[in-house]
Amino acid sequence: MAIALYILRRAVTMLLTLVAISALVFVVIKLPPGDYLSNQIAELRSQGDPAAAAKAEFLRAQYGLDRPVWEQYLIWIGAWSGPNGFSGLLQGDWGWSFEFQRPVNEVVGGALGLTLLVNVAVVIFVHVIAIPIAIYSATRQYSWGDYAATLLGYIGLATPNFLLALILLFYLNRWFGISIGGMMDARYDGEPMSMAKLGSIGSHLIAPVVVIGLSGTAAMIRRMRANLLDELQKQYTITAKAKGMRPMPALIKYPFRMALNPFVADIGNLLPHLISGSVLVSLVLSLPTVGPVLLQALKQQDQFLAGFILMFVAVLTVVGMLLSDLLLATIDPRIRFGGRKR
Amino acid sequence: MRDGHENSSTGSSAPALLVRTADHERDRGSEMTPNTEPLVSIRDLAVDFTADAGLVHAVRGVSFDLYPGRTLAVVGESGSGKSVTANAMLRLLPKRGRIVNGSIMFRDPLGGGPVDIVKLDPDSEKMRQLRGARLAMIFQEPMTSLSPLHTVGDQVTEALRIHDGVSQEDAEARAMAVFERVGFRDPKGMLTTYPFELSGGMRQRAMIAMALICRPALLIADEPTTALDVTTQAQILALIKELQAETQMAVLLITHDLGVVANMADDVVVMYRGQVMERGEREDIFRRPQHPYLVALMRAVPHFDMKQDERLTPLREIKIDAAAAAAAAHCGRDPVPAGRTVLDVTGVSKTFTLRSGGLFGTPQRIAALSNVNLTLRAGETLGLVGESGSGKTTLSKVIMRAMAPDCGTVCFDDGTGARDVFKLKGSDLKDYRRAVQFVFQDPFSSLDPRMTVYDILAEPLRIHRIGSEDQRFQRVKDLLELVGLDQRSMRRYPHSFSGGQRQRIGLARALALNPAVILCDEPTSALDVSVQAQILNLLKDLQTAIGLSYLFVSHNLAVVDYMANDIAVMCRGVIVEQAPRETLFRSPKHPYTQALLAAVPSPDLDHLLDFSRLTGGGFSNPADWPEPFRLVPGETRPEMVEVEPDHRIALARPCDAVAQPEPLRAAS
Repeated sequence: MAIALYILRRAVTMLLTLVAISALVFVVIKLPPGDYLSNQIAELRSQGDPAAAAKAEFLRAQYGLDRPVWEQYLIWIGAWSGPNGFSGLLQGDWGWSFEFQRPVNEVVGGALGLTLLVNVAVVIFVHVIAIPIAIYSATRQYSWGDYAATLLGYIGLATPNFLLALILLFYLNRWFGISIGGMMDARYDGEPMSMAKLGSIGSHLIAPVVVIGLSGTAAMIRRMRANLLDELQKQYTITAKAKGMRPMPALIKYPFRMALNPFVADIGNLLPHLISGSVLVSLVLSLPTVGPVLLQALKQQDQFLAGFILMFVAVLTVVGMLLSDLLLATIDPRIRFGGRKR
Repeated sequence: MRDGHENSSTGSSAPALLVRTADHERDRGSEMTPNTEPLVSIRDLAVDFTADAGLVHAVRGVSFDLYPGRTLAVVGESGSGKSVTANAMLRLLPKRGRIVNGSIMFRDPLGGGPVDIVKLDPDSEKMRQLRGARLAMIFQEPMTSLSPLHTVGDQVTEALRIHDGVSQEDAEARAMAVFERVGFRDPKGMLTTYPFELSGGMRQRAMIAMALICRPALLIADEPTTALDVTTQAQILALIKELQAETQMAVLLITHDLGVVANMADDVVVMYRGQVMERGEREDIFRRPQHPYLVALMRAVPHFDMKQDERLTPLREIKIDAAAAAAAAHCGRDPVPAGRTVLDVTGVSKTFTLRSGGLFGTPQRIAALSNVNLTLRAGETLGLVGESGSGKTTLSKVIMRAMAPDCGTVCFDDGTGARDVFKLKGSDLKDYRRAVQFVFQDPFSSLDPRMTVYDILAEPLRIHRIGSEDQRFQRVKDLLELVGLDQRSMRRYPHSFSGGQRQRIGLARALALNPAVILCDEPTSALDVSVQAQILNLLKDLQTAIGLSYLFVSHNLAVVDYMANDIAVMCRGVIVEQAPRETLFRSPKHPYTQALLAAVPSPDLDHLLDFSRLTGGGFSNPADWPEPFRLVPGETRPEMVEVEPDHRIALARPCDAVAQPEPLRAAS
C-alpha cells in the first residue's frame, strides 16, 4: 500500500521532471540562431534557386517553424494546435526529420532497440567483470593479483575507447579476418530475424560491448574495491567471522551488500552516460545506434530528431532513477523503514 | 580424565552423544572450583603486529586459565593487548597480526580432547567449527557489530544454521526462546526487526542472543557495556551473570572499568603493554593489589567516598606552570568575580518534531528540554548528569546559542551585568562566543587531522583577529605549556598524539580565547582511567589558576561527583534533582537519581551491585515513576521543590493552561 502510493507520487514527479527537461531541451536546441530550414533557404537563395527556396519556405510554415519559440515547443509536445492540429510527442507523433526527409520514428526506430540492446549488454558486462575482480582485489589487498587488477584498471581508465575500437578493428581483421564493424553481417541486413542473424548480432556485439564497457569496468573495479575495503574493516564483518561463517558467504552476505548501495543508486545515471559516451565508438565501429544520429541532428539543427533523442535519453534516466530507488528500498531496510518509530 | 573419550567422540555420532551428556553432567556437578580442569589454558602467548614503524609486540608471554562457570576479567588500558589476546583466541587477528609463540589449549566439555588453537589454521574448517559454536564473542559497539541490512532474526539464527544445520523453523523457534531469555518482550516480532530499530541496550541483548544461541563453552565479552548507559549496563551485566549461572559457560570479560570487574569477575588478569602485570582472584586483586601499576590504576578511579579535597592520582600528573597560568589569565579579559552568577538558564524548553510513521505519518513532537533552570557561578563547576537522550547535548547547544529554545532565557554575565544571550548582536555576540568555549567528547574527531597543532590553536585567535602573528605564536606556546605539552608539539599533526594528549590540545584550543565558561561535554568518556584522572586534575587546576567556570556534562556519576560543586540530574529533558555535590549522591531523593546511583558499579568489594534489584529498569521513563514523581505528558508537569537548603527535586503537578510558560520568542 505504502509502496504503491510511493510509486504513484514518484510517477507524478517524474512526469513534471520530464516536462521541465523537454522545455530545457527545446530551448537549448533553439538557442543557435535560425533552424534547419532557414539555413537551407539562405543557402538555396545564395545559389539562386528561388523555386527550391520557395518550397523550403512552404515547409517552414508546414512545420510551424515560423511561429514563436514557445508555440513551437507546445506544438512539439502536442499541447498546442499546430498546422496539423494536436499532433506531438503526447499523441505519439515524434515529428519530421528534415535531414533524412523522413518521419523521426522511421529514422531512429530501429536504432533505439539496438542502442538499448548494446547498452544493457554493456551494463551487464561491466558488473559481471568488475564485481568478481573487485572482490578478489579487495580481499587480497596488496597482493600481486591486486596490483595486476589495479594496473589493468588504470590502463582501462586511461585508454580512450575509440582508440581501442580502432585497434581492435584493425588487428582482429588482420589476424583473424573478422570484421567487427556494424551490427551484423551485411548479408543479414533487411533479412527477417533468424537464429543465424541473431548469432551474427551476438558476435558483432562482443567487440563494442568490450570497448564501450572497458573504462566503466575499470572505474567500477576501483570504486568497488575501495568500498569493500572500507566495509571489510567494519565490526559486523568480524562478527560474521566470529560466528564461524565461511569467508566467501560472509563476504557476500555482509560487506558486499553494504558496498553495493552506491552502485545501485548509480543505475539511473549509467544509461545516458553510456549513450552519450559511446558516440565515438559507434562512429568508429559503424554501429547503427542513436549516438551518431544525435550528433548529426544537433549539428544540423534537425530539431525534432535531436529533441526526440534527447527526450528518449531523459526518459531512460528518469525511469532508471525510479528503478534504482525502488531497488535500494528493496535491498536496504534503512531506506524502507527510515521514518519508522523505534 | 578425558583420555577415555578422546577417540569415541571423533568416531560415530551415537556413542559420542552419550559421552557428551555424561561429560556435561559431570561438569555441572563439580561446582566449578578452580581445581577442575581449565576450559582454556593460555600459555606464553605472544602476538606481533607489523606496523609501518616496524614490528610491535602487542602481546608478550601472556598466560591464564579459564574455568567453566567462572568469569575472568582482563583489565587494562587501551593498547594493553587485551583485545588482541581475545581475537587471538578466536584466530580473528587482522592480517598484520601474527601469533609468534605460545599455546591456547581448549578442552571442549562436549569431548574431542584438547585442541591447541594456535596450531589450527585460522581459515580451517576445524577453526570455523569452534567459532560461534564453542567460542562466542560479543563486542563493544552493538550498533556496528550488527549488520543494518539484515533482520535480527536472520543474524541470530545464522550461527545455528551454520553449525547445527537445523531448519529455518527450528532455528527460529530456538531464537525465540533465546530472545525471551535475554529479555525481549516480543520474541516473534524480534525475528523481523532490524537492528537500527532498537536502542543500544536492546541491540546488545540481540548480540548476546546471537552469541549464546549455540550454547558456547566460552563467551568472550569485549567491553560489552562501555557504550551503554549505567542503568542499561547494569542490566546487561546482570543478564550475562544469570546466563552464565544457567549454562555454566566460562566468561572472558575484557574491560577497562574496574567497577565492572569488581562486580563481575571471579578472577582478574591485569595487562599493561602486552604483558600480564598481576593475576589472581578478585578478593586478592582488590584487597591486596601488589603491582605498582594496579595500585596506581586504582588510585586513578574516582569514587563516591572521596573527601572534599582528595585528589585523584594519575599515573603521570601534569603540573601547571604558575607563570604560564598567570600569562594565560591576563590576556584580554578580567576574570569574573568569584561567586557571581555567570550563566543563568531560566525556564528553557525545546521541542523537536520528528517525521514518523512511514511516508505520510503524522509528525511526532518530542520534548527535548522542559522548563530547565540552571545556575552556574563563577569559578565553580556545575555537573550535569543524564543518560543518552536526556537532553544534555541539546541544553549545551542552547547555551552555545547554536540552537534557539522554544521559550526561556539564557543570561550571561562576565562581570559587567547579566544579558540575554539570545538578544546579543554584533560585537557583543562575538564577545559571548569568545567567553564560552567547548571541549568535545571525542578527541579523535574534534581535531582536524590536516591542521598542525599550531594551526589548531591559533585558529580561534585568527578568527577573532587577536594579536599579530608573533603574539599568536607566543600565545600558542603559553597554551601548550599550560596543558603540559611540549613546545615541539606545535608543528606536529593530531594523529601523532595519544587520546589524552589530543584532549589536552582540545582544551588548549578552548582556552585560547581566554573564556569565562567552558562547556565540557563528556570530556573524558573516550579516555582511559589513568588519562581521565590526568585530564580531570588538569581541569581542576586550571579552574583554580585562571578562575574558569565549567558546565561539566557526563554520564559518569563518580566523575561528576569528583568535579562538580553543584550537580543536576537530567532525564528526558527534565531536571529531576539538583543539589550541592555533598548531598546529592549521599542522600538522593528522586527515584531516578536513586536508580542511577544503584546502577553504578563501584570498584569497592564492600559496595557491590545488587543485581537482583535491577530487574525491569523502567526508571528512565517518567511515566513509570512512583507518585508524586510520576510525569505523564499532557497531564502533569515537573515543578522543582526545595526539600532542604539548595536541594531541589522535581515533583509532578497537574498541568493547567495558565501555568504553562508562554513562548517568549519563535524558534528562529
